[in-house]
Amino acid sequence: MTATVRNLVPPAPPAPALRGPSLRDRLKGPAVFTFVAVLALVAAPLLLEPFRLNLLAKYLCYAIVALGIGLAWGQGGMLTLGQGVFFGLGGYAMGMYLKLNDAGGDLPDFMVWSGVEKLPALWAPFANPVFAVVFAVAGPVLLALLLGALVFRQRVRGAYFAILTQALAAATVILLVGQQGLTGGTNGLTNFFELFGQDLAADETQRGLYLVVAAVLGVLYLLARQLVRSRFGRLLVAIRDGEDRVRFLGYNPATVKTVTFAVSAGMAGLAGALFVPVVGIISPALLGVVPSLELVVAVAVGGRFSLAGAVLGAVLMGYARTSFSEEFADGWLYLQGALFILVISLAPKGLFGLLAAARNLIAARTQSRSRTMDGDMAGGADGPLVEAPEARA
Amino acid sequence: MEAVVNQLPIGLSIGAVLLLIALGLTFTFGQMGVINMAHGEFIMAGAYTAYLLQGWAGRQAVLVALPVAFAVAGIMGLILERLAIRHFYGRPLDTLLLTWGVSLVLQQLARDLFGAPNVQVQAPTWLQGGMGILPYNRLFIFALAVGSVVAIWGYMNRTSQGRRMQAVMQNRQLAAVSGINTGRVDQRTFFIGSGLAGIAGVALTLIGPVGPALGTYYIVDAFLVVVAGGLGRLGGAVIAAAALGLLNSYAEFWTNASLAKVIVLVVIIGFLQVRPQGLFVLRARALT
Repeated sequence: MTATVRNLVPPAPPAPALRGPSLRDRLKGPAVFTFVAVLALVAAPLLLEPFRLNLLAKYLCYAIVALGIGLAWGQGGMLTLGQGVFFGLGGYAMGMYLKLNDAGGDLPDFMVWSGVEKLPALWAPFANPVFAVVFAVAGPVLLALLLGALVFRQRVRGAYFAILTQALAAATVILLVGQQGLTGGTNGLTNFFELFGQDLAADETQRGLYLVVAAVLGVLYLLARQLVRSRFGRLLVAIRDGEDRVRFLGYNPATVKTVTFAVSAGMAGLAGALFVPVVGIISPALLGVVPSLELVVAVAVGGRFSLAGAVLGAVLMGYARTSFSEEFADGWLYLQGALFILVISLAPKGLFGLLAAARNLIAARTQSRSRTMDGDMAGGADGPLVEAPEARA
Repeated sequence: MEAVVNQLPIGLSIGAVLLLIALGLTFTFGQMGVINMAHGEFIMAGAYTAYLLQGWAGRQAVLVALPVAFAVAGIMGLILERLAIRHFYGRPLDTLLLTWGVSLVLQQLARDLFGAPNVQVQAPTWLQGGMGILPYNRLFIFALAVGSVVAIWGYMNRTSQGRRMQAVMQNRQLAAVSGINTGRVDQRTFFIGSGLAGIAGVALTLIGPVGPALGTYYIVDAFLVVVAGGLGRLGGAVIAAAALGLLNSYAEFWTNASLAKVIVLVVIIGFLQVRPQGLFVLRARALT
């Protein structure tokens, strides 16, 4: 067990081989991606009943946030415990537009209840859908850029950063709950009726929304993957594994980290904006310390070093949550806690790590059988090639 | 003006509770590089200890509970350290997530054992009332914190165990090659730190009801005290806790409760611009 724990950091990407990977290896990734995409975009809407499809859309929203966490934490080593804040910013931006749209020039219902007489100035621009959507992404990005610039420039990192982001999540919730007339307080924003002229309760609209969420997730996944494979991504991983060394090489880790953090925040914001019409509510309970941590848990379960693992983890945990809390609500907390303890202590690389380990084991078996003459291959030039997809995929 | 003075004991007693909680965190974090999210549940355990002792000790439960809660929370900490945390030394982010899982389980356990609704602990009659603007219960909490700090200071500087603890905190390897049993020192630190959280829990029963989520309300603030005070620094923790307690209560008083936490966070981030490693820094030549 200690061996797994110690070898937490994935091996360095392989030195460029003289001949690139074989055609079969190069096609494997795109093939799997296409398969999953077809499954999600064609099969799921045809086969699932509207209720389940709606749930799946919700999980996929969480998966978008998880993708951002995978980027910031798995690749960049920044454990962000405040993604819920960015998710909430996007969600509230969208919720405010929907509320104003439904009210049709009047005050939103909850404001009337809490005795607000005039539309607050903060709300006015959100009557414009373009502004709302742009803000849902730009707001979190700007907040993350500001926070990142302040924090990373001072070399505040690791656990300190985690604590600060967690405090941000806690403070945001208290702020939202306290400003009843502005934010709907504990209840948040809910009771939405239409989006861009479409009835939100209609199955057709929800199916359309599902397709949009799935497509956005797919595009963001490809973008994130490209980012990780670029020079920028290499730098990010290098910073995760030895920030001071990268600084000595003349790079500025603060910039790289801030940009990555902002990208992950933008993803969370977009996910929040998609989440609101899908689920029909955004409230402080959906973005506080606990939901933010739960998403980190999901990423850890799926496999933090792999973007696909992060996505898979979020969908699986979302599904597990729904099915278990339908059966026994209290048991879920035990299960979640226990699962988490087990994953962190026994399989820190998550499901994808286990998968890669199993594949390596099989590969090592076949290799040692076919080339007994070569002797010890462990750590040799061929070794990491098998491991590479896990570190980068 | 009068209101400003009235706010003072409230702020200081919040600071005192934060200090009791943060002391354990700052030492485990500073010495072992462990972030213990389950620390909040040790607070809860301490508070429930006082609640349970009520049946036996009646209104003096709070007093009786102090040593018992220290032992209960301390032993819980020790078990956690032995079973899980010691495998994760120097990996703060993983311990953070691991202990969060533990904290989830403990909270649910408390909910199953004691029920989800809050319970009340009766304060001793001699803690009711107060001198002028100083309520006795807040004064008692303050005295508790002062007593604990003096005891910890004495332990760290006047006993050989405490000096070993300081040695491990400053340089683990060097301490180990000098013949110090670092594992034993870690256990003691964890026991004492968790025990202090138990005492904080008892103190909290004097100013509010007890519920399964009691710890979660204070843990984030306590971590901010650690960040602002500097790792493993007693003096830093004292000043940071007092400052944060006062800032919290005055920000709440002058603006409104919902803005206070945001103001505190902004102040802390601003403070980190000037002193990124907290008030007091443990100087070391090692580079991460």
